[in-house]
Amino acid sequence: MSVLRVAYENCDGCGACVAVCPFDGVVLEEGVPRFGAGCRVCGLCIDACPRGALGLPGEEDAGDVADLSRYRGVMVVSERAADGLDPVTLELMGEGRRLADALGEALSVVVAGADVDAEARECLVHGADRVLVLDHPSLAHFRPEPYTDALEGAVRHALPSIVLMAGTPVGRSLAPRLAVRLRTGLTADCTSLEVNERGELLQTRPAFGGDIMATILSGNHRPQMATVRPRVMPRAGRLPVTGTLERLPFRPDPEYPGRVLEVREKPAADTVADADVVVAAGRGIRRAEDLDMLHRLADALGGVVGCSRPLVEAGWLPSTQQVGLSGRTVRPKLYIACGISGAIQHVAGMRGSERIIAINPDENAPIFDVAHHALVGDAYEIIPALLDRIEERGDARAV
Amino acid sequence: MGPYPPDADRMVMHIEFVALVKQVPRTGEVEVDPETGNLVREGVAAQTNPYDLHALEAALALRDRLGGTVTALSMGPPQAEDTLREAFWMGADRGILLSDAAFAGADTLATAYTLARALRDIPHDLVLAGMQTTDGDTAQVGPGVAEFLHIAHASYVLRIEEADRREVCAVVDAGDRVQRVALALPALLTVTREVNQPRLPSFRRRLATRDRPIETWCREDLAPPEGEEAYFGLEGSPTWVEEIFPPPGNPERETWRGRPGELTDRLLAQLEEWKYL
Repeated sequence: MSVLRVAYENCDGCGACVAVCPFDGVVLEEGVPRFGAGCRVCGLCIDACPRGALGLPGEEDAGDVADLSRYRGVMVVSERAADGLDPVTLELMGEGRRLADALGEALSVVVAGADVDAEARECLVHGADRVLVLDHPSLAHFRPEPYTDALEGAVRHALPSIVLMAGTPVGRSLAPRLAVRLRTGLTADCTSLEVNERGELLQTRPAFGGDIMATILSGNHRPQMATVRPRVMPRAGRLPVTGTLERLPFRPDPEYPGRVLEVREKPAADTVADADVVVAAGRGIRRAEDLDMLHRLADALGGVVGCSRPLVEAGWLPSTQQVGLSGRTVRPKLYIACGISGAIQHVAGMRGSERIIAINPDENAPIFDVAHHALVGDAYEIIPALLDRIEERGDARAV
Repeated sequence: MGPYPPDADRMVMHIEFVALVKQVPRTGEVEVDPETGNLVREGVAAQTNPYDLHALEAALALRDRLGGTVTALSMGPPQAEDTLREAFWMGADRGILLSDAAFAGADTLATAYTLARALRDIPHDLVLAGMQTTDGDTAQVGPGVAEFLHIAHASYVLRIEEADRREVCAVVDAGDRVQRVALALPALLTVTREVNQPRLPSFRRRLATRDRPIETWCREDLAPPEGEEAYFGLEGSPTWVEEIFPPPGNPERETWRGRPGELTDRLLAQLEEWKYL
């Protein structure tokens, strides 16, 4: 199965495609490129081919431009926490405001739930031009099916050009349903958003395991939908209220197939994603007992212990403490990586940390590529000595 | 072999389970070449998406307890058969691969459509999928399939509590809360790694399923209705990759070298300056 189109008459077998491909997705066989399972249709080779012999199979038509122009403005879908508006909503609004200003269009915020007047007001005082309220008892708890119906109503009412949702468990459960309902594109977990002169949303996210950034467009469809990674965008500030509040009707299906039986606070064990300080252990930690020094350091700094995947696989720490692509994404104020080499899978989950200190004896360890302070040394020498010094300080203060 | 599962005569239920599985590159082993900054990968080494093994295990465990069949369904190039073969070794009863050049280049919308289209011809009471893949990392395909099929779904399932012919109860991660939900079947769940411990492929089953065929379905088999002919592959994908580039570099890095004692002193001073101590 050849994924890309090859104009064999133009190909001279130079291998530029093989050289440029970061995924080993193409090999030369009998002097011509053959695309394999690794090919991600990223298109790098198309640009790299000096003879223009490569192309995508079939070109997309440009879409109905007249129809697209009916869609205007940025819509943010708010999210609720146990005690009011989830802070991620303010991050979406900060970003939404910036994009709306760049387009010269309005920012609307959808608030869906039961008894959500307080949340709706919060959105107004944080700069929304329009707050669309869907207030109904059947929206009291999040369920994808009624929420999809409610949001579909809001989108068809306001016809936004861009819809931003939170890259949280709720947002990432709801957004794909809504995108399918609207038959439009959705980009997951964006870390950067811009608009171009055609009003197209440039959606940038880490891709292919986090080592590469990809900018994704869905410019021939409206609305252009993205979920946004939490704790990346700055929050909207308070502004004088100039916006309006609109209540939209919501008529629930009498027979939704899902019910929420119970809602509980999350067990406290899952703290690595919320901690301000993470002391993380990697394969450089040789025995389970040695994690004790990292726990002591975390305690001293008011943080928690995290780890890379091998330690979870060894059964030394629960998977709730795993940082990385297959674990938690963390963004603490301080991240101390001890004996972590810095595999992409791990780095993707912590590179957004505000300050990163890495301790590793190997000067070429990839973790140093993202560290702000690269300590070339052995955690087994540095951490115990540090703990001693901290203890001495404590003693000195106590006297 | 006797009746399977062994206590089949006590079974009163027959539930059709479908596990969605995907073959992905071994991202866990991807490293960056410090010289060139390129990804270093051993050929096109592939594996089953680790989350999907938990989905498959959930289907197998429920089948073994309640009765029924497990179909493993995948979409991908012909070599994705390996992933379905592995599903057989774990205990799946049936394996179906959706493979056609017309499916290539699909984004999550087109992928969800293609899988949902196939599921119309596959009996399904409970569909299980991993919460995301390790290559795409979007978590979008499972919910998208549910929407195309007009069935309920729950993402990020932490625990499956009970199931019967009509309903499944599960505990799901909802951010700062967890929810217990009940979904009427047919329904789709995407599962986290907390949900179970996948069984290992068994040599006995490997021998027993040696001759079991994997069905390959192409675009024609999916028979899209009028108006949906262009929903597959690149053509059916609203999103496209405009550009890929390396992540921004790290000009802020300070490298500290020295004897361990010096490094300890500097670290202590830095932590004090930041007021952590």
